[in-house]
Amino acid sequence: MPEQFLFAVEVTLNGLMAGVLYALVALGFVLIFKASGIFNYAQGVFALFAALTLVGIMDGQVPFAHLINTIFGTDVHHFGWHVPSLLAILLTVAVMVVLAIIVERYILRHLVNQPDIILFMATIGLAYFMEGFGDIMWGSDIKKLDVGLPQGGNFWIEENTTWLGFGNENFYGFFLDSLDLVATVIAALLVTGLVLFSQYTKQGRAMRAVADDHQAALSVGISLRFIWVLVWSIAGFVALVAGIMWGSKSGVQFSLSLIALKALPVLMLGGFTSIPGAIVGGLIIGVGEKLFEFTVGSYIGGATENWFAYVLALIFLVFRPQGLFGEKIIERV
Amino acid sequence: MLDSTEDGYTTADGRKIGGVLMEMKNITLRFGGVVAIKDISFDIREGEIRAIIGPNGAGKSSMLNVISGFYVPQEGEVIFRGQKRPQMKPYQVAQQGIARTFQNIALFEGMSVLNNVMTGRLTHMHSNIAQQAFWWGKAQKEEVENREKVEEIIDFLEIQAIRKTPVSRLPYGLKKRVELARALAAEPKLLLLDEPMAGMNVEEKEDMSRFILDVNDEFGTTIALIEHDMGVVMDLSDRVVVMDYGKKIGDGTPDEVRNNQDVIDAYLGVSHD
Repeated sequence: MPEQFLFAVEVTLNGLMAGVLYALVALGFVLIFKASGIFNYAQGVFALFAALTLVGIMDGQVPFAHLINTIFGTDVHHFGWHVPSLLAILLTVAVMVVLAIIVERYILRHLVNQPDIILFMATIGLAYFMEGFGDIMWGSDIKKLDVGLPQGGNFWIEENTTWLGFGNENFYGFFLDSLDLVATVIAALLVTGLVLFSQYTKQGRAMRAVADDHQAALSVGISLRFIWVLVWSIAGFVALVAGIMWGSKSGVQFSLSLIALKALPVLMLGGFTSIPGAIVGGLIIGVGEKLFEFTVGSYIGGATENWFAYVLALIFLVFRPQGLFGEKIIERV
Repeated sequence: MLDSTEDGYTTADGRKIGGVLMEMKNITLRFGGVVAIKDISFDIREGEIRAIIGPNGAGKSSMLNVISGFYVPQEGEVIFRGQKRPQMKPYQVAQQGIARTFQNIALFEGMSVLNNVMTGRLTHMHSNIAQQAFWWGKAQKEEVENREKVEEIIDFLEIQAIRKTPVSRLPYGLKKRVELARALAAEPKLLLLDEPMAGMNVEEKEDMSRFILDVNDEFGTTIALIEHDMGVVMDLSDRVVVMDYGKKIGDGTPDEVRNNQDVIDAYLGVSHD
């Protein structure tokens, strides 16, 4: 029994860390949804694009190489240099900021005051465009991303928790992935930073003001355009962090953009307008699906992780549509 | 009636009113085929309380929205502090020193009273985003200074007790006062109040009137307000513009306006036979 219990604890810990990664993706959605009321379908593709750009810059890939070679009959692929990961990350951040400016200038600005569904459709269009654009720019092959984060099991934890088994032959200590641990720490720092920024700085206050009431925000001298660019840049940065974590784990490939779908149940659980909600929702889903697989999965044929989150979200939609922390929508008649 | 000169006049209660702060020149505003404001001119002088009144649908709020940059008139000029104002976004107008409140309160419901009033100081904070992000350079000093100013205004409007309360929990009358506090926090050169007393009971109206007079008296703030309650307007304001169907039908001291036949007709109705 203690052995079962220890495994359950191990599964929970792993679930928590998987949840952090879900929360990271969900966070990008919440930021944009709060500030501009837009559900950004392209957030997942942003993560993919950010990761592609990061790998491309690090490896010194020539952007649009395939296109250039086809048109000019050349054969260029790489500049032949390698950019250190920190510098490459900074450059990628700059690319994401430029992307935010372009999105504001060429999409949002023209759709001000349109119904939400139109903005949502625009982000679907943006998602498909970015997907294709990312492919043309950096190629569609699966890439390895290594920014120097530790990989594999963490032996230190494994060795130092062996005693918990109290001589149990089958228990070798908790197996935790180093990358997951790092991701947890980074996500915690990121969230703390974001919360501090939004609570205690001028721009943070302006961001919350815009999220609350556009008219009032204008009347106190806030430029909506600037705030939109700022919010989309921050969401781009969060997408980059998520892209680095997921990319380091499973390679940078098209399926990365599908993690957006995993963020949906997280948002339904946590509420679309709450940053703490995104985190708690992510953790609940991470732990929930791992524990469910561990306890019930074997009886019903396994692979429950594929659908558990969605069923949980569905149940939430029925009983608590605003999510755990979302704002309750009250219609006055 | 007024001792009027080029650069100001003295009110009945002995306050000195300065030169022209803002001048509206031949403003015309159309929405499609509807003419909301038709060729209206008037001025607002430094230090005065200027009211815009008129029956429902007269174009009062539209006029306020033109002044604060939310609407752009098709014709006419807005001259602020002696300079013709180019076409501007509302936030740029706010940065010029024109603060406003709204007819249907527009506060940041999710934030505390204190944070709401702090947003009013945004135009006075000049540190850049990097300094803000790392809480470095003048960012911290700026935050403290502005916080002090905000506390001053909170004291002045007697809302200390609800400083930390989320705005969404406040009753209507207090929300109106918080909105005034936020506008005041900007230390505006011109304060625009859109029906500051709409929907209030007598006691709340008296409080609000007192605050408006105090603000004008204490900070010398120029105030332009729209109000339905004739009694309040006549008590508060130094000069009154009367609008009806988008046209100006009267302009002068409360007494002058009260005795103006066009104004009486507009308010009481007149038979067209």
